[in-house]
Amino acid sequence: MISSAIIPQPLAKLPWRLLFLIAGIATIGLLTLYSAAGGSLTPWALKQSVIFLFFLVTAIGMSWIKESTIKSVAFPLYAVVLAMLIAVELLGFVGKGAQRWLDVGPIRLQPSEFMKPAIVLVLARFYDLLPPSDIRRWRAVWPAALLLGVPALLILVQPDLGTAMMVILIGATVMFVAGLPWWLFAGTFAAVAVAAPVAFSLMHEYQRKRVLIFLNPESDPLGAGYHITQSKIAIGSAGLFGKGYLQGSQSHLDYLPEGHTDFVFSTMVEEWGFAGGLVLIVAFAFVIRWGMRVSTRCRTRFGQLTAAGLTAAIFFYVSINLMMVMGLAPVVGVPLPLVSYGGSAVMTVMLCIGLLMSLERQQRTQPRSY
Amino acid sequence: MKHQPFTSVHQSLSFSRRMMLFGGAQAAVGAALVGRLGWLAVAENEKYELMSENNRVQIIVVPPRRGWMIDRYGKPIAINRSDFRVDLIPQQLDDAEQTLKTLSQLLELDADELDRILKDLKQSHGFQPVQVAESVPYEKYAAVIVRLPDLPGVQATRGFSRFYPTGPAVAHLTGYVGTPTAEDYEKTKDPLFLTPGFKIGKQGLEKTLEPYLRGTPGGQRIEVTARGKLVKELDPKPDRSGQTVQLTVDVGLQEYAARRMGDQSGALVALDLETGDMLALVSMPAYDPNSFSRGIGRTEWRMLSEDDHIPLLNKVAQGLYPSGSTIKPAMALAFLKQGIDPKRRVYCPGGYQIGNRYFRCDAAHGSMDMHSAIERSCNTYFWATGLITDPQETTDMVNYLGYGEEFDLPLATQRYGTMPNPEWLEQKYHREWQGYDTANTSIGQGYVLINPMQLAVLPGRIGSGKLLQPRLLMGAARKPIPPLAIDTEHLAFVRAAMTSVVNDGGTAVASKLPLENILMAGKTGTAQVHRLSERGHQNNWALRDHALFIAFAPADKPRYAIGCIIEHGGFGASAAAPVVRDSMTYLFDKQKAWDALLPLEKQWGGTLQERNDRQLAAFKAAARANAA
Repeated sequence: MISSAIIPQPLAKLPWRLLFLIAGIATIGLLTLYSAAGGSLTPWALKQSVIFLFFLVTAIGMSWIKESTIKSVAFPLYAVVLAMLIAVELLGFVGKGAQRWLDVGPIRLQPSEFMKPAIVLVLARFYDLLPPSDIRRWRAVWPAALLLGVPALLILVQPDLGTAMMVILIGATVMFVAGLPWWLFAGTFAAVAVAAPVAFSLMHEYQRKRVLIFLNPESDPLGAGYHITQSKIAIGSAGLFGKGYLQGSQSHLDYLPEGHTDFVFSTMVEEWGFAGGLVLIVAFAFVIRWGMRVSTRCRTRFGQLTAAGLTAAIFFYVSINLMMVMGLAPVVGVPLPLVSYGGSAVMTVMLCIGLLMSLERQQRTQPRSY
Repeated sequence: MKHQPFTSVHQSLSFSRRMMLFGGAQAAVGAALVGRLGWLAVAENEKYELMSENNRVQIIVVPPRRGWMIDRYGKPIAINRSDFRVDLIPQQLDDAEQTLKTLSQLLELDADELDRILKDLKQSHGFQPVQVAESVPYEKYAAVIVRLPDLPGVQATRGFSRFYPTGPAVAHLTGYVGTPTAEDYEKTKDPLFLTPGFKIGKQGLEKTLEPYLRGTPGGQRIEVTARGKLVKELDPKPDRSGQTVQLTVDVGLQEYAARRMGDQSGALVALDLETGDMLALVSMPAYDPNSFSRGIGRTEWRMLSEDDHIPLLNKVAQGLYPSGSTIKPAMALAFLKQGIDPKRRVYCPGGYQIGNRYFRCDAAHGSMDMHSAIERSCNTYFWATGLITDPQETTDMVNYLGYGEEFDLPLATQRYGTMPNPEWLEQKYHREWQGYDTANTSIGQGYVLINPMQLAVLPGRIGSGKLLQPRLLMGAARKPIPPLAIDTEHLAFVRAAMTSVVNDGGTAVASKLPLENILMAGKTGTAQVHRLSERGHQNNWALRDHALFIAFAPADKPRYAIGCIIEHGGFGASAAAPVVRDSMTYLFDKQKAWDALLPLEKQWGGTLQERNDRQLAAFKAAARANAA
């Protein structure tokens, strides 16, 4: 934070280092979108900057929300988002087609996006209410599993494997840091490891094909493996310092599909090289480290768990996307927050950051006392 | 602050521990991501850069100019002519029927051509261009060019087409080129194969020498988007023409011999005895390779495939015939080697009894020794002498002189026939060698089957006294030629007898060379096609005997050898020997040779090209009349 006599107190109290990081990442994103459009502000860069600024202001505004307020809305918010998820499911059922959003006037709401912070809040609240002595008991597990399982299942059947996976991973992280017994996670992991081959054998032919293509994208370079292959070519052909800004042939000649959304990292690295990719990864690492520090410095259990969960949300967003575009994970449609074109990822991440800033402000403004 | 129970402190410790773990996991994932990024972008950079370039840059292929084939003196055998061409890109065609109608008016395509184009269009893969016309005259080309905007899918370009100046005379030697088939493309996936105007060797040397003749394609390099839209043009990559291949053939002799054969069906091979160079490989009648390279019309194809003289078969490489009496000089050498006294006499009463079969000789020759038996071609002598010698040793000698031998030549298919011996007979027919097998073999009948190239190698080896190997490529390594492991006195004896065949009282005295001081030595052969009792003149062409003649000249200092077979030509002396005589004359005195041929051609009704053209026109007229 900056302390100066000239700058008014409310502004000086903002976590400026974080805001610079966030703005820096967003700027890299806007530059890449400008390049991906062939050196044009339209159709993506301009729109994206408006979206970013809107949610940046929203996040800063959220930093004044009190922790008690957050605590009190945890359950109602969760209930509303769950209701919206069910509504989407019903609409999809009525409209006889898969649907992921609700049309609310001019805005399209994707309830599954809201579920990412909502699951953090509700689980943090649940473990906050749970007496510490009960943490090794069965009653510490099943309500949380239910709170997590129902929305995850609803998202999975939309179908949106990427988001469902993220919600599960975020929820699991909150449960992990809340102190649930070790064997629960080890056991689940072992069960998945055992079940995976069984599931594979039970899969449909096309699903199996997808898994196999992920494992070896070159086996089908023109089909479903095309995305991964072209993304790897874009990143791999970059070298240490890239082909130069606006010089990326993979993205500019349309060989890289979705170069402005899910595969924006490949577009960026193609032009800026390993160095550019490293800068972006390190910037995200600093954001996440900041979130982790907010969590460990929180004095309340709810604050600790909430901050950890929200940071986990950002972490999973970034890492799943990067693993996906570099061929370490299957293509599941997770965008790179603040960089990819599109509002929902920016919204989710900025909501998380707004809540984190609010928790951080309260650490600073209230004296530490145990 | 509210009171914290003990368990809460415990819980706080647990939280810190787990946050450390989670942070560690994050750091590990981060490190893995950076590692992966470095692996892709730096370590594997070269590989991916190449793939990226392959994506970005496409090449509009320009077919390379095909290498020439020239003869031993540098005269062209197969060359390229600059021409204009029109192609169709099936994928881009809007209305194939209308476009073809317009094109056929502009280019005056006949029904035959339209047929071929329609057939090709049906077989095409969509992206593979179909040739409409090649060698288009400039006026017609210009007429297409001005209408191009109204003719989507039509491509008019300048290119090169293969041209064989001597046409049918070299047809079976060079083969021809043609548009690659879809299967050819599937095999190689080479985009060059889809380029209009690109031809590959389909037959003959064009096919076997393909790697030398093809060259390397160049092209216009362009930058394209993933959807195939052109972004910009880059520097072109120049093409490299194929290599020129020099053949040992003397294309003058090749053409002369082809024309000298007239309308007969046969093969002639000429050898240079110093080197083994093949001077001529003539197979007649022949198609015009220029028609094939242009894409042959259906009518012409039908005419060629229906012809009973089989113009589509390369008789030099694939023809197999009984050797007839041309085997006798080799037999004589075998007898001499086995100690038969050349002065030993056999009385020929006009036939010979072996077991319960009576073999009939051509005439009652009377008392014969080895010299006169070769000179007059007396079968009785060879039957009788064959029976007192060892069949295995005899065959070995004939084999050694070239009959039944496969030569190392760049021919796609080479048939080398059979020289039967007891062991072979046992393996093939599971029976013991009999006296009549000896009898048949010793006059080149029975199981004996030879190839026209062997027909030249045998007199070549006898004439030169060397173990000559035929060669076809000037560039091929020259190996030292070892002398024959045969007594030189024996060779001199047989050469003298072969000289008598042509120059004294032999079977081919009518075919003396019309040259002073140069004598030709030879041996006639008449190979039975039907039954021995019906030898001689037949009205039915297909039942007549094959006429063969082998020769070398000059008789005293052999320089050239020629072998010739005229299918169903009757007696060797009357059909094959004159062709050999005139071809041999050509090698010593071209003028005398032409003087002999031109009156004959007048009598036959024009040169080879003229007669071929007339035959095609007549066939086409007949086909039209049939269709109408």
